[in-house]
Amino acid sequence: MTTATFTTGRGTGTGRVRLAHGEDWLSVCDRALLTPGRGVAVLLPDGDQAAVFTDRAGRVYAIGNRDPFTGAYVLSRGLLGSAGGRPFVASPLLKQRFDLATGVCLDDEGAAVPVFAVRAD
Amino acid sequence: MPEPTFDPSATTAAAREATRNAHAHSAVPTIVVVGHGMVGQRFLEALADRGLTPAAGAARVVVLCEEPRPAYDRVRLTSYFAGQSPEDLSLVEADFMDRHGIELHLGDPATGVDRAGRTVTARSGAVFAYDTLVLATGSYPFVPPVPGKGARGCFVYRTIEDLLAIEEYAKGAATGAVVGGGLLGLEAAGALKGLGLATHVVEFAPRLMPVQVDEGGGAALLRTVQDLGLTVHTGVATQEVTVGGDGAVTGMALSDGSSLAVDLVVFSAGVRPRDQLARECGLAVGERGGIVVDEECRTSDPAVFAIGECALAADGRVYGLVAPGYEMARAAAEVIAGGRSAFTGADLSTKLKLLGVDVASFGDAHGSAEGALDVVYSDARAGVYKKLVIGRDGTLLGGVLVGDADQYGTLRPMTGAVLPVAPEQLVLPAGSGGGPVALGPSALPDEAVICSCHNVTKGAICEHTALPEVKKCTKAGTGCGSCLKVIGQLMPPPADAGLCGCFPYSRSELYEIVRTLEVTSFAELLDSHGREEARGGDGCEVCKPTVGSVIASLAPTVGASGYVLDGEQAALQDTNDHFLANLQRNGSYSVVPRIPGGEITPEKLIVIGEVARDFGLYTKITGGQRIDLFGARVDQLPLIWTRLVDAGFESGHAYGKSLRTVKSCVGRTWCRYGVQDSVRMAIGLELRYRGLRSPHKLKSAVSGCARECAEARGKDFGIIATAQGWNLYVGGNGGATPRHADLLAQDLSDAELVRLIDRFLMFYIRTADRLERTSAWLERIDGGLEHVRDVVVHDSLGLCEELERLMADHVAGYRDEWAETINDPDRLRRFVTFVNAPDAPDPSVRFVPERDQIKPDLELLAGPVLAVRTLEGTAS
Ligand code: SRM
Ligand SMILES: Cc1cc2nc3c(=O)[nH]c(=O)nc-3n(C[C@H](O)[C@H](O)[C@H](O)COP(=O)(O)OP(=O)(O)OC[C@H]3O[C@@H](n4cnc5c(N)ncnc54)[C@H](O)[C@@H]3O)c2cc1C
Ligand code: SF4
Ligand code: FES
Repeated sequence: MTTATFTTGRGTGTGRVRLAHGEDWLSVCDRALLTPGRGVAVLLPDGDQAAVFTDRAGRVYAIGNRDPFTGAYVLSRGLLGSAGGRPFVASPLLKQRFDLATGVCLDDEGAAVPVFAVRAD
Repeated sequence: MPEPTFDPSATTAAAREATRNAHAHSAVPTIVVVGHGMVGQRFLEALADRGLTPAAGAARVVVLCEEPRPAYDRVRLTSYFAGQSPEDLSLVEADFMDRHGIELHLGDPATGVDRAGRTVTARSGAVFAYDTLVLATGSYPFVPPVPGKGARGCFVYRTIEDLLAIEEYAKGAATGAVVGGGLLGLEAAGALKGLGLATHVVEFAPRLMPVQVDEGGGAALLRTVQDLGLTVHTGVATQEVTVGGDGAVTGMALSDGSSLAVDLVVFSAGVRPRDQLARECGLAVGERGGIVVDEECRTSDPAVFAIGECALAADGRVYGLVAPGYEMARAAAEVIAGGRSAFTGADLSTKLKLLGVDVASFGDAHGSAEGALDVVYSDARAGVYKKLVIGRDGTLLGGVLVGDADQYGTLRPMTGAVLPVAPEQLVLPAGSGGGPVALGPSALPDEAVICSCHNVTKGAICEHTALPEVKKCTKAGTGCGSCLKVIGQLMPPPADAGLCGCFPYSRSELYEIVRTLEVTSFAELLDSHGREEARGGDGCEVCKPTVGSVIASLAPTVGASGYVLDGEQAALQDTNDHFLANLQRNGSYSVVPRIPGGEITPEKLIVIGEVARDFGLYTKITGGQRIDLFGARVDQLPLIWTRLVDAGFESGHAYGKSLRTVKSCVGRTWCRYGVQDSVRMAIGLELRYRGLRSPHKLKSAVSGCARECAEARGKDFGIIATAQGWNLYVGGNGGATPRHADLLAQDLSDAELVRLIDRFLMFYIRTADRLERTSAWLERIDGGLEHVRDVVVHDSLGLCEELERLMADHVAGYRDEWAETINDPDRLRRFVTFVNAPDAPDPSVRFVPERDQIKPDLELLAGPVLAVRTLEGTAS
């Protein structure tokens, strides 16, 4: 798990989405499977879960799927939005927002989720 | 801070030693507080506000607390039974003591005070020297001296520990009794009932709550309390608690010769000030108890103060309410800090929700002033009683409100002023000729006290422009909360009525834009009508579902897809709409098939049972006359719905801001009183409006006669049968702010009824704000009910034809979302947990057994459960 996110390209919908996992890049899915403004959940080899999103401009982000406020693995099902140009996801349970680039909770500075590096060819 | 007048010659050797020690540690004076209850904590906060703390280098502060936990909200004690944990009730911020350097000794009560030596001894043996001593020891529950009062199964109701003990004992009990029918007694009785006990209330006075309400109010209260299933015995005293061979309670003998078999007894026969410590050290106490204090809250020893329920205030009263205690805390802190302040008395106004019944009394509620006149409205059947006491000169002196205390917030601050309208108009119910006149807070003078817990005036509140600011700067609204509604009405409407940071328009304005420009895409709307800085962005969690809902409401009219998950629409929906199911706390979903009117065939019931069994779902009958199946994983939803759709079920839209259920009573077909076929009408209406997207959820009900078994007046649109046809009521609400629906039109034919509802709903959808139920909408819009009636009955805006057409479009365009989903492989693709492992079930969704069914494995969801951010954020 790394703490920075870097995204490439604003691909047109072909190619694969990959997620940094340890030394490797884990192949997640075809880019076409991502709906702008929504997320998908990814099962990691160690049993953990990540949430991968794409925004309207085609940028891809990945954070941990576990909502730290409830313990449920649901962040991938939240709504994506942007505030001051920064993308966030609002947890579908109690609606706390998490910055997709840093993982920091915008409504409670004490909370954060991990961020994964992603690549979309 | 008074100069420490320390005189070593008058002390014992030990105390001298201790005192010297204490002073050796700090050059600053020491304040010792005995008792860390509600008032003790408020006193500490008042010290901190004045910089009189160790952290500020101004004093040493030591607190002796008898209970095992820091101060908590005793007023809300009973909410423990409603699921609040002791931590939720805490009044002390986690780092409060550390931040201010205050020494708090939990579970270590003071056992003696040496006034000459200025020391306090604690049970642990520790001795603390003081320069100033503050007693905040509160009260103890009075237990009448009846034989058997100490038996196993006898309790009092004062601390969290009391509640834990009652809860534990109640597990083995079936029947309980509360001795005392006052405010606390009724609260305790409600708690026993909630614990599943058949509950008796025994009150010595001839009526319930004798202190707060008068005879008429007592009668209304009695009626309502009995309707809730409590057995009330008034005018009788408890003579003995009978005890079995094992030392446990078996019953009670009453003064009228009768007896009650009970397993558990709670004494709630009043409280007495805890003044023993003060008595023992020779401070003056009142004849009937209470530590005598002057207006500065100083006792007969100038170095000792007493505040809260243990004090006998300068006006000769012992106050058993928290607000006067807070006033005393503030006054004492101010005086100790070297300022001037006085507590000269407080008013005893209270507003409570007892067992779900609103009860309020304020000012001279018993009309004891000479020449006072009562204006009374009483409806014992509805359990409503309202009395205003009016002085000779027309001023409002006080009042009692039972069953409906909405006006408390505006009436109490008017006490002492001449009412701007005739008092009768204020007590008469809605719908009766002439009344009621809603007296807005704008009618109040600036000096009117709006928040009585914190003594904050209208003037002070109006210096601020938003509620959070008011709370922070004045503390108003942070006590009992009964003033919040009025504070809200005093706040100016926000300068920019925009929906969120992305749109400068309200929901209804966006509706008009979408409708007239026939916008079918969120991105298009954001880029053309969003705020400059938000254009090109992604929107947010507020505007996306709102715009999604507006487009869905207008879909057939503007030419958008009727299916809410098509194309860009999919990205706008909250997770519930996205999966056409309701997200639960562990990430699983619930499934609610539509059961129109609550009518269901045995075959269909069996299908639901089989589906629930085969998928291992938790099954519960809902409050909306249908069946909810909980615990489905995302990937199971299509399989479950394939079976349900095959059996003829449709989506119940439990997830959408849309029509929920149209409840119905059984009606004329079976019921001996019924005058119309309520089931037929309910089914017809539910099928007509199913799937209609709206600003908030919509609920309805149809009752077959005036007995109203379907609770239609609690619904957004409710229908009650008459001998001539149907009466239509609108704007009802259950939930957090219940409201009875208002009569819109009477004796309608079937066709007239449907036409009016069509217009009403479309007018609401067009003009309401996001997440605004019809009740709040009706109260907000200019002209209220009258205006709505003009528009939808008399067509004053010439809109009706269009409203009817919009509804006709909806009805014609309706298609079941689940049937459409399972028949389309593209749409089904989203129903996997993991995009990279479509066949893997979600390992984080697991269950444990409970009562022969499943429940979420909460152990698995370790991590703190935090408070809900906003109610309005919830999905339905
Ligand atoms: C299942 C049910 C409780 C039950 O076990 O009986 C229920 C469950 C929920 N209610 Fe309710 N309500 C249920 C009947 C009610 C009723 C009773 C009724 O409809 O007759 C009320 C009061 C009547 C009313 O709405 O005026 C009710 C007032 C609320 C409220 C407060 C609404 C308000 O205006 O104050 C909310 C919160 C909200 O909507 O913001 C709420 C919200 C919810 C949500 C959706 C909260 C959420 O977002 O997770 C719950 C999830 C349902 C689910 O399936 O996952 N529920 N809820 C009932 C479903 C009825 C149905 O068949 O559709
Ligand atoms: C169920 C219930 C409902 C209520 N509802 C309302 C309401 O709706 N509105 C309202 O205004 N009021 C209500 N009250 C009353 C309100 O709780 C009290 O007025 C308020 O708590 C008084 O505060 P206090 O600090 O004076 O006393 P308390 O909160 O009782 O605190 C006194 C503390 O001092 C401790 N103590 C006593 N002796 C010693 C000693 N020798 N050494 C150390 N510690 C000691 C006690 O253990 C206690 O913790 C309610 C009370 C109860 C029990
Ligand atoms: S409302 Fe009237 S018709 Fe319907 S069940 Fe009740 S008593 Fe019978
Ligand atoms: S009146 Fe109790 S909080 Fe304002």
